[in-house]
Amino acid sequence: MKKSKILMFLAALLPLALFVFPLWNITLEAPQYPIPLGMDIYINDFADTHPHDIKNINLMNHYVGMKYIPEAIPEFKIFPAVIIGMSVLALLIAFKGNYKWYLGWLILMVLLAAAGIYDFYLWEYNYGHDLDPKAIMKFTNPDGSIMGFQPPLLGTKDILNFTAHSYPQLGAYFLGAGMLSAFVAFLFGKKGK
Amino acid sequence: MKTIFKFLTVILATVSIISCGNNGDSKKQGALTGNAAEKVYVAPGEHDEFYAFVSGGFSGQLAVYGLPSGRLFKVIPVFSVDAEKAWGFNEETKPMLNTSHGFIPWDDSHHPDISQTNGELNGRWVFINGNNTPRIAKIDLTTFETTEIIEIPNSAGNHSSSFVTENTEYVVAGTRFSVPVPQRDMPIKEYKGNFKGALSFISVSPEGAMDLKFQVLMPGFNYDLSHPGRGKSHGWFFFTTYNTEEANSLLEVNASQNDKDFIAAINWKKIEEYVNGGGGKKMPANYAHNVYNDETHSATSTMKKEVLVVDPTEVPGAVYLLPTPKSPHGCDVDPSGEYIIGSGKLAAELTAHSFTKMLDAIENKKFDGEAYGIPILNYEDVLAGAVKQPGLGPLHTEFDGQGNAYTTFFISSEVVKWKLGTWEVIDRKPTYYSVGHLMIPGGNSRKPFGKYVVAMNKITKDRYLPTGPEVTQSAQLYDITGEKMELLLDFPTVGEPHYAAGCPADLIKENSKKFFKLEENKHPYAIQTPEEAKVVRNGNEVHIYMGMIRSHFTPDNIEGIKVGDKVYFHVTNHEQDYDVPHGISMIGANTSELLIMPGQTETFVWEPKEVGVWPFYCTDFCSALHQEMQGYVRVSPRDSSIELSWSLDGE
Repeated sequence: MKKSKILMFLAALLPLALFVFPLWNITLEAPQYPIPLGMDIYINDFADTHPHDIKNINLMNHYVGMKYIPEAIPEFKIFPAVIIGMSVLALLIAFKGNYKWYLGWLILMVLLAAAGIYDFYLWEYNYGHDLDPKAIMKFTNPDGSIMGFQPPLLGTKDILNFTAHSYPQLGAYFLGAGMLSAFVAFLFGKKGK
Repeated sequence: MKTIFKFLTVILATVSIISCGNNGDSKKQGALTGNAAEKVYVAPGEHDEFYAFVSGGFSGQLAVYGLPSGRLFKVIPVFSVDAEKAWGFNEETKPMLNTSHGFIPWDDSHHPDISQTNGELNGRWVFINGNNTPRIAKIDLTTFETTEIIEIPNSAGNHSSSFVTENTEYVVAGTRFSVPVPQRDMPIKEYKGNFKGALSFISVSPEGAMDLKFQVLMPGFNYDLSHPGRGKSHGWFFFTTYNTEEANSLLEVNASQNDKDFIAAINWKKIEEYVNGGGGKKMPANYAHNVYNDETHSATSTMKKEVLVVDPTEVPGAVYLLPTPKSPHGCDVDPSGEYIIGSGKLAAELTAHSFTKMLDAIENKKFDGEAYGIPILNYEDVLAGAVKQPGLGPLHTEFDGQGNAYTTFFISSEVVKWKLGTWEVIDRKPTYYSVGHLMIPGGNSRKPFGKYVVAMNKITKDRYLPTGPEVTQSAQLYDITGEKMELLLDFPTVGEPHYAAGCPADLIKENSKKFFKLEENKHPYAIQTPEEAKVVRNGNEVHIYMGMIRSHFTPDNIEGIKVGDKVYFHVTNHEQDYDVPHGISMIGANTSELLIMPGQTETFVWEPKEVGVWPFYCTDFCSALHQEMQGYVRVSPRDSSIELSWSLDGE
C-alpha cells in the first residue's frame, strides 16, 4: 500500500482517541488549594481531575454568581457525531479517494475544529460573564464595568485569588496528529503523482 | 522498717536538694544552643519527621504532636468528653463512653502503643488504656478518631496496659489493683489470698476488631507495667508486680517490705493453645464493647455477659515469677527480645533478666519456691546483669536499636544512657523535672528509630511563664544520635504527658483520610443532597434532616416546633473537599456544638423551653460567608396548631 494511503488511514483513526482521552483541561490554582482544582473536558463529558473538583469549582464560583458547570451540553452529542463522521469520511477517502480529497478532508477538519474552538470560547465567555444579579460578591473593573471571570481560551490568567490554566490535552494532540497525518498524506500523494 | 524510713529520708533529702539546686542550674546550662534550635526547626509549610502520640493522663485524651518541632496538631478525644468535637455530646458518640457503670465522661489515659507487624510499627492503630474504669481504646490512624473501646471486667486500675504483641495478635491489659473476682461484699482485710489480679488478652482481628479472648487470674499482687516478648521471646509477656506483700492499707510502707517482688512471665501462646483446646472457665461478667462505624458515623454499645478465665496453675509451664528487686515499675524488653529490664523503683540498681537464662532455668527446674502454685525462678539464675548506681528511682527504659538503653529516674530527675550487655553508664542528662516515661519512636519494638528521645515530666515549676498554681506539664526532646545526649527542646503538653508512642510520619500520613465520601454515608438520618431536607414529627419528637454546604443550612427557616418538643438536628455536611468542616449550635441547647466533617452526619438534641424565634449558626469559620451561615426556628406554645414547615430562601 502506498505511504500516503497508510497515513490517511492514520488520519482517520487518530481522532478516535478523543473518546478515550480528554480534549482540554482547565485548572485553578489558589493558596488554599495545594492540590489545584481541575476539570477535564472530553468531547462528551466534563470530568473531575480529582474527585469532586467540579462540585468544588461550582461552590467557589457561586460566590461571584457564576452558573454551575452543566452536567451535559448539546456539544456532547454533536462533537462525537462530528468526530465519528469525519473518521468514516477519512476512511472512505483513504479507500477510494485521491490525494486531493485528503486536502479537502483536512480543510473541512480545520474548519470544524475552528468552529469547535469558537464554540468553546462562546461557552467560556457566557460562563464567565452571565452572572447572577443576586451574586454574593460583585467585582468591578477599574473602569467601573462588571468584572467577568472567563477562563483563558489557551494559556494562563489570574482571576482574583485563582490562577487559571487552560491547555489542550492528549485527545487534542491525537486530533492534531490526525490532521498532520492527512497533510503529510497529501504531500506524499502529490509527490507520488 | 527502720531501713525503709532511712531510705525515704534519703529520698526526701535528695528531692529537696534537686529542686533547690535546679533553680540555679537550669539557667546556667542554657541548653538551647544555636545548633539545637536548627535541629528542631521545621520551616513553615514543611512536615515533621515523626508523629508523637502523647497520652493526656488525667485529661483522658491523646494528643498528636510533630517531632522534632514539638508542635501540637490535634487532641484526639478518647475517654473524656470533648465539647469542641462533640465527643460524648452528640447522639452518635455517646455510646462510646458507655460502661457497665453507665455513661462515664472521663478517664485517665496512660499508655499508647502503635500496632505492629513482625515486631515493627505498622502505623495502623494506636491502642490506649483507661485506668480508672478499666477500658482499652483503639484509635484509627486513617481518621485519627477513637473507633473502638472495650471495657475490662474483673480489673481495677487498668495500668499494665495497653501493649501489643509482635503481630498485634493481642493488646494486653493488666490490673493494677487486685480485687475480689467475682466482685462481692467481703471484709477488706481478708484481701490476702482472696483477691485476684486479672491479666486480660484482647485479640485484635486483621481488620482491627477487638475481643476479650481470655483473662489469666493471677495472685492478688499489683500488676504495674508490662511489655511483650519480641523476636526470640515472642509468645511471652512480662509484667512487673509490686505489693507481693498483699497489703491492703498504707501501701507506701506495707507494700515496700519485700526485698524482691516479681516480674511475671506469661507464655501466652501456651495459654492460647489451652483455651483454643477448650481450656479455661466461662464466668458471668458484664462489660461494654463500643464500636464506632465510619459509614453510619455512629457508635453502638453492646453489653457482653461472659468472660473466659484461666487459672494459671492449670496450665503447666505457662507462668513463672522472676524475682526482681524492690517494687519494680517499668518492664521493658530490648529489640532483640533477650533482655527484660525491671526498674526497681526503690532499688539501688537496675535489673536486666535474660530470656535465654530464664528458659534454661525453667528447663532445669531451678525453682526457688512458689507463690500460689506458680513457680518462682532463682534470681541469680535469670539475672543477665545490673546497672550499678544508675540514679535514684528508675522508672522506664527504651532502646535505640544500637545496643543502648535509656532509663528515666524520677527522683534524681534524669535520663541515663547505658549499654546493654556491659551495663555501663554512658551518659546522663537532667530533666526538668521529675521525669516519668520516655519515648523513642519504635523504642519498644524490634526496630527503634533511634534519633530522638522524648522525656515526659511531671513537674515544671519555673520552666515556663507561670499560669497560677496549676502550671503545664511538659515534654523534652533530646538528640540521641551522638555518644552523648543533647537537650534540644522543651514543649508544654496537654494534661499529664504520661507516655507516648512515636512513629515515622511516612508510615501514617499517606493513609490519612481527607474527607468521608457522601455516597458511603449510611447514617439513618443522612440526606444525600440538600433537596432531601425535611422535618418530620413523631409525637413530641421532631427530626430535622438538615444539610449544610457553603454557606447555608437547608432548611434555614423552620416553623411548627412547640414548647416541650424534643428536637433532633440530624445535620449532614455536603461538602466533598479537604478541610471544609462546618459546625452548628442552637441557642439554649443543653449540649455542645457539632463539628461535622465533609460527608459526615451528626445529631444534637434541643428541647425548647420558651416560645420565640431562636437562631442557630455555623460554629466553624468555613468560608467568606461564614457569618451568614445561620437560620431560625420558630417555637410556638405547646397547644399551638401551627403545622410544621421549613424552607430555604422561601422555597
